[in-house]
Amino acid sequence: MRGKGSSSSKISTLIVDDDPIIRRIHKVLLTKVGLETQVVENGKKAVDLYHSGASFDLILMDLEMAIMDGPKATKELRAMGVQSMIVGVTARDLEVEKQMFMASGLNDCYVKPLTTDTVTALVKKLKKDN
Amino acid sequence: MERTQQHRQVAHMRQSLFDQGLLDEQFVQLEELQDDANPNFVEEVVTLFYRDSARLVLNIDQALDKSPLDFSKLDSYMHQFKGSASSIGAKKVKSECTLFREYCKAGNGEGCMKTFQQLKKDYAVLRKKLETYFQVIFHSLLFDKDGEN
Repeated sequence: MRGKGSSSSKISTLIVDDDPIIRRIHKVLLTKVGLETQVVENGKKAVDLYHSGASFDLILMDLEMAIMDGPKATKELRAMGVQSMIVGVTARDLEVEKQMFMASGLNDCYVKPLTTDTVTALVKKLKKDN
Repeated sequence: MERTQQHRQVAHMRQSLFDQGLLDEQFVQLEELQDDANPNFVEEVVTLFYRDSARLVLNIDQALDKSPLDFSKLDSYMHQFKGSASSIGAKKVKSECTLFREYCKAGNGEGCMKTFQQLKKDYAVLRKKLETYFQVIFHSLLFDKDGEN
């Protein structure tokens, strides 16, 4: 079981996305900035991980996914008491859609794929909050 | 062909992909992620894009064959396709995806069909150019290795 505590000092991240290209890009990007990463293809798998006792410092949550989408997974995680930073990533760039996603319990939301600058800023924020 | 000339050829090919409006800044982001740990990352992601998007192209083709057209379904497919194209920095393909979606919103079937025909051409052209580009890079790396030996 991976997640917090699996490595002494690295920030642990969970990438939740049904797009294999985004999963690959984000995995390499996050690893490059020194983060520990795990990858799942939908929101249900993310929720199941937390149910099994895993925990992550940062979750990158896609909006649209089959089986369980980002808003539903985020609501479920928050209802479980999960306080991890959850950042939405979406190809949708309409403000109203982003606001709806934010309302599910995200800390922030970005257009995907993320850039190195965005991830660096997220890591800074995480370190500051901890 | 000497080493400098090889490198110039690679640089020229790369620049022309941007100058022709085929690629954008996202491609540069992918290049910046390539390193010793992931030496073929850019080619890997591009290959993944063409493999994954083939299914979407087929879905869209089939959906365009139906009557009446389901614009909501077409828009959904194209949204996914656009997301993937954006991920590799396929600028021209991405803009055609945007145009297609506008035609979907307007319920303009003919516009969708014409745009998709053009999109498929540009998608194929980009694939060919990137394949050639990666081959030239590969040969230039081989040449570099030979030079070191």
